[in-house]
Amino acid sequence: MRSRARTVLTTAAAFVLLVAAWELAKLVLPAAGVTVGGVRLLPRTDDAAMPHVWTVLAKLGAPEVAGAADPRSIGVAVASGALFTLGLALGGLVLGGIGGVLLALLMQRFALAERAVLPYVIASQTVPLIAIAPLVAGWGGKIAIAGWAWQPWASVMVIASYLAFFPISVGMLRGLSSPPKADVELFHSMASGWWTTLLRLRLPASVPHLVPAVRLAAAAAVVGAIVAEISTGTRGGIGRLIIEYAQSATGDPSQMYAAILGAAVLGLVAAGAVGLLDLGLRRYRGTVS
Amino acid sequence: MSRFAGSRSFPARRSWRVAAVAAALTVTAAACSTTPAGDSSSGASTAPGALKPVTLQLQWFTQGQFAGYIAAADQGFYREQGLDVTFKEGGVDIVPQTVLAQGQADYAIAWVPKALASREQGAAITDVAQVFQRSGTRQVSFATENITAAAELKGKKVGNWGFGNEFELFAGMTDAGIKPATDVTLVQQQFDMQALLSGEIDAAQAMSYNEYAQVLEATNPATGQLYQPGDFSMIDWNDDGTAMLQDAIWASTDKLSDPAYQDQTTKFVAASLKGWAYCRDNAASCRDIVVKAGSKLGASHQLWQVNEVNKLIWPSPAAGVGTIDQAAWDQTVKVARTAVNADGQTVLTKDPDPQAYTNDYVTKAVEILKGQGVDVVGTNYQPETVTLNPGGN
Repeated sequence: MRSRARTVLTTAAAFVLLVAAWELAKLVLPAAGVTVGGVRLLPRTDDAAMPHVWTVLAKLGAPEVAGAADPRSIGVAVASGALFTLGLALGGLVLGGIGGVLLALLMQRFALAERAVLPYVIASQTVPLIAIAPLVAGWGGKIAIAGWAWQPWASVMVIASYLAFFPISVGMLRGLSSPPKADVELFHSMASGWWTTLLRLRLPASVPHLVPAVRLAAAAAVVGAIVAEISTGTRGGIGRLIIEYAQSATGDPSQMYAAILGAAVLGLVAAGAVGLLDLGLRRYRGTVS
Repeated sequence: MSRFAGSRSFPARRSWRVAAVAAALTVTAAACSTTPAGDSSSGASTAPGALKPVTLQLQWFTQGQFAGYIAAADQGFYREQGLDVTFKEGGVDIVPQTVLAQGQADYAIAWVPKALASREQGAAITDVAQVFQRSGTRQVSFATENITAAAELKGKKVGNWGFGNEFELFAGMTDAGIKPATDVTLVQQQFDMQALLSGEIDAAQAMSYNEYAQVLEATNPATGQLYQPGDFSMIDWNDDGTAMLQDAIWASTDKLSDPAYQDQTTKFVAASLKGWAYCRDNAASCRDIVVKAGSKLGASHQLWQVNEVNKLIWPSPAAGVGTIDQAAWDQTVKVARTAVNADGQTVLTKDPDPQAYTNDYVTKAVEILKGQGVDVVGTNYQPETVTLNPGGN
């Protein structure tokens, strides 16, 4: 319990430090930023570029659009947007997780598959997201799965899964191959088939590799969902809100920062959700030598 | 050693599992199907009295720029023509004319030069109604900079959006004898106008109906009040002769050979133009409709936008609102063929073919509206004076 309390304390301290650094930068650095030889080294620090932390927090309570049909505060808008994106990111994580695990199993089972597929798995992550997003979004209205027409949010989920599957497939492959040769040979000598070896030896052994991979994948899925929302113009999520609020940044950027704050909190929540997974799989921790 | 319990293999069960997985894969593959091409628009014949579903791809977020269409839906003008119109909002990476050419929308709103560039690259689309008769693009600077004509941009930091939004500016500079590559410092602009206010850009690109208003919604630190129009000067490309046609309704060229789509196009154009006539006469109501439809910038910003957009539409050519004016079209094509941007490219490499635009549908649409007693020219149109509030609220 003490270590838990310490974690909470450290997190809080890190947050306070961040806020202090932000305000200190505003206080100390010149308002026009620092430019050396035409190259900007430090950003502008005036209120139009870096609003005070309390301005951003106060903005959360302000109404989103005056005179709108359902008047809601910016805080509520940001929270509901973040929830929407969290759903898509987690959906993408599950999709990517299933895909990644299946791919890792395939690569572990057939050395040929590993040699053939792994380079493409790595290459897939060098393709820029903004190049894929319009492509995937282009499926809308063209594809139906069992009578269900493709929805814009499904594109976002697929793009999120595209980022999420990579760390999981690589981490899982590593985990599946992690049992020492002696263990594998023991199973072999006991006439265990591939399936039994997988279930009783390789899967438990992969957990310590899988959990950090899922944590990475969760962060990637959140980033993927946000970028995909911006790129495909899917309404309802935090990514779209950031762009929509950015329009009003000319006079007052605090509204946009409120949405960015929401996106940051969303990332923390997604990481926290993976922490739960870690708790659930605790008994397999350290089974790898 | 419970970990090793049950480690014996069961060949029979394994093969059953393999079969199950194979079956699951088959079902999944069978379930995934591609919908027949053109299903969304030319699909099953609708029952008499039922509304025909139609999708319109917008260029950007819900805002006053599209007030006429949103009002036409809100006021039932589309329903009057037997259409049920849904809007697809634009975004950063959404190219309306591509969405249209790919068959994911029935119509799209797009700027003429950008749509013609897509057309040259193979997008089969046709301009069926030229809603904006004038260009809304301005080059805005602080009045103290004294930039009122393109020639005065020399030596200045000139902002532009790029991505095909910059050609009026480049044509204007070229006509004024300025070499864009060497005589000015080109700066890539963001969505907002902070760079202009902070002095990183001397003259920034702005739409009269959107970005210029955003500047006027910001507080002037010197006075503590909002910036006033007198604080700025601007270059209007309509006066400069390098203006290009902007928002137009584009339809699919291929589908226009289908009589049902032809008829639908006439009806869609008629109802849309009726929406714009409504916004000309009821700007405040259109502001409320746009805000209700989910705009993220507030009411005073939307009223400003409706008012400025009205100025781009009304008064219309004598033939009626939405008619493509040959002279304006020719000027657009001329600039598109001759203006060279920062990358040394022109918008078009050859003249567009005759199918690039047609007045057939808008002429019929205008007749329908005249029959309903709608003023389709707006000779006596007078813009309002809009007061902007901080942040556009």
